[in-house]
Amino acid sequence: MAVSKKDPVLVVVELKGGNDFMNTIIPYTEGVYYDSRPVVGLKEEEVLPLNDTLAWNPNFEPLKDMYDQGEVAIVQGIGYPDSSRSHFRAMDVWHTCEPIEIGTEGWVGRVIRELDPNGENVLTGVSFGKGLPRALALSGVPATSIDNLDTYGLMTDIEADPQRLQALEIFKEMYSPAIGTGVVMDYLSQTGLDVIKGSDALKKAPAMYTSEVEYESNPIAKSLRDVARVHLADLGTRVFYTQHGGYDHHANEVPSHPKLLAELSGAIRDFFKDLRDHDASDEVVMLVFSEFGRRIRDNASGTDHGTGGGAFIIGDHVQGGLYAEYPSLDPARWANGEDLEHTIDFRGIYGTVLEQWMGLDPTPVVDGTFEQIHPFADR
Amino acid sequence: MSNADVALTAHLMRRAGFGTTLTELEEYVKKGYENVVEDLVDIERCPPIDEDVVDRYFGASEGGYRTTWIYRMLNSPRPLEEKMALFWHHVFATGVGKNQHILASSMQIDMLRRVGLSNMREILLALSKDPAMIFWLDNNENRKGEPNENYGRELLELFSMGVGNYSEDDIKDCSRAFTGWTFTQPPPLYPQGYYPSHFVFIEEEHDNGEKTFLGHTGNLNGDDIIDIIVKQPACATFISRHLYNFFVADEPQVPSWNVTPPQDPDAVDTLSNAFLDSDGDIRHILRTLFNSDFFKEAQFKKVKSPTELVTGIVKLVGTYQKPELGMAKYPGATTLMGQELLNPPTVEGWHTGREWIDGGTLTERINFSVGELSDASKPGIEQIISRLKSNGSALSPDEFVDRCLELVGPLDVGETTRESLSRFAASQGDLNMGADDAEEENNARVVRMLQLIVSSREYQFA
Repeated sequence: MAVSKKDPVLVVVELKGGNDFMNTIIPYTEGVYYDSRPVVGLKEEEVLPLNDTLAWNPNFEPLKDMYDQGEVAIVQGIGYPDSSRSHFRAMDVWHTCEPIEIGTEGWVGRVIRELDPNGENVLTGVSFGKGLPRALALSGVPATSIDNLDTYGLMTDIEADPQRLQALEIFKEMYSPAIGTGVVMDYLSQTGLDVIKGSDALKKAPAMYTSEVEYESNPIAKSLRDVARVHLADLGTRVFYTQHGGYDHHANEVPSHPKLLAELSGAIRDFFKDLRDHDASDEVVMLVFSEFGRRIRDNASGTDHGTGGGAFIIGDHVQGGLYAEYPSLDPARWANGEDLEHTIDFRGIYGTVLEQWMGLDPTPVVDGTFEQIHPFADR
Repeated sequence: MSNADVALTAHLMRRAGFGTTLTELEEYVKKGYENVVEDLVDIERCPPIDEDVVDRYFGASEGGYRTTWIYRMLNSPRPLEEKMALFWHHVFATGVGKNQHILASSMQIDMLRRVGLSNMREILLALSKDPAMIFWLDNNENRKGEPNENYGRELLELFSMGVGNYSEDDIKDCSRAFTGWTFTQPPPLYPQGYYPSHFVFIEEEHDNGEKTFLGHTGNLNGDDIIDIIVKQPACATFISRHLYNFFVADEPQVPSWNVTPPQDPDAVDTLSNAFLDSDGDIRHILRTLFNSDFFKEAQFKKVKSPTELVTGIVKLVGTYQKPELGMAKYPGATTLMGQELLNPPTVEGWHTGREWIDGGTLTERINFSVGELSDASKPGIEQIISRLKSNGSALSPDEFVDRCLELVGPLDVGETTRESLSRFAASQGDLNMGADDAEEENNARVVRMLQLIVSSREYQFA
């Protein structure tokens, strides 16, 4: 395997709402699985065996194929002590690495600061989706948030091109720093001009991109295609962040969870194929996570918020396999009497990727030292 | 009426309300500043919003409490009532993300609207009995013998006094005093939908033992705790600083208040004396605030919150003076700008001032504003156009800029912005609004000028 030619790039995919890990990587030989999940449980004959005890959700087959190629590390039982069942709180914990106090600094924001301490490239960190997730929010650190790459920029409602260009010129003049206007005004100037710089650079990406991969038509596929387009435009982005929503399956889990898994795994397959076609797949590692797993027992329609979940680390440099331990299904060891116990702290997984892939010291980013796994083959 | 009067009244209405249409502004100016302050503060002088219209429209068709709230902000004849509900929502930040029960969170805002202009005692009492708050800070888990200190702590730290004004023992006994203050569990959401929850005091879960709180000893209940809190000078100062931060000028974020003194200690003292003199009567404090020099001199000293930016823009373009389809985009817009109503990120509330701004939120602000101003047929823009026409003669580029800045705010801008706008105006020469053959083109020029003005740095300030 070639050593990557460029600076390593991380793509973070957040599954919003709490992905049901137990129905993603399924303990298909355990009776307690079937007993606990009369409604949402998958049948033994439906699943795609991974080994003697675990199996893939059949709708996750594209990821299974990549796993079989040795490109997917499955992190089993990821979580943190006294896991919060509140979406808001749990996602906050994952975003700030601060499980006790309420944190405000996003961990990806800290990564961006490490990578680009002087804020020279406003595209060092790029998020796709509506609004900037807290993970990227860090005062004084630029991060770019893109809803629609094809129309990204300021004053996009001005339809005629010459008029929009003129408006943008005036905007730049209006935002040029002036002496003695105060720190907030200066900050606004800087932010406004950064936005212009970022959008000027990003404009090139769609035009430069050609691909034979036809992504499916769903939000995560669209986001990952945008990641590919920006990455391939070589704009210096080191961390991409994107979200896939809808995993909060309190109800109707049976029809909708498999659909999301199919969308997600299909999009990941297409994304890596796209990069491979452009000889760039070894430049990128992807981390897929969710804020928590779900309750062991179903509620006759879906599953409620739980604790321990699972994550995936994907890429050419990854040595595929199972990492950490699958949480025990022995009822005596259920967390809170009803949840999967976590077996590895998520901050150690952030640390693994940051230290072993990005070459950064994870301690200041995740605020401490946590047990890591070793899923990288040649780094 | 002098330009200074207009500017001052517009300032008052941006802060105490949600901006104005041109017509409203002129009416307010005619009334005189002090009179308007009285109308705002003494809310009974103005009729309430037509609840039938609100219910009929928002109950059935375009639901969503956030949308309804924004409609109220835009159209309530009692704008300060809505602004104070928003103020207390900032201070008593409760997130629907945890309770997942939109009805409880909505009822909390209704409660804040109801008591927001009363006195501190009544407000803290209503807050302590609010189901959304009780669940948010786990007071339903606060029982005799096994106290949960979450609410007790935040009541003191974030809702009334600020750190440094009580001991850990005070927190413990404060929490014990609120044991048994809980709510009735509503029926499960599925499949019936949302049912309300109500406050209930469970005697068996209440700790009747002796407690000591801020030097007072006895079998204290939550009511007694609140009585003690509202008499503390620390409570007067803390709430005054919050009011200063929300209505006058941006202060640093709340957690730093115990180490960073206020930027204008005299102003906070004035408000805090008004608090102590009136037993925490919010109307009295606000009357003092709006009539003070420090308030009048604080024009454009605050970064608009997303809610203020969105409502201000909608007021400017004059739409949605009646309920109509399409309003649901507004709470969506504030969310993208970093303020999802009913869902502040943490119990600490939103970080305000410059922290509203980053590359993403600034983009949202500008694109939203430009988008709302793209249609010359919106009533507010039509009105601006007709004012420009009423000048009669052609406007020079500088006059064109000045008139537009006046009609949009009046908005004070720095030299850099003014010169840029003038250069833009000059690129197409004088503006002759009287020329019938060029109406469409002229209107488009006005729209583009307004779009640039609302994109300016200065427009981000209230």
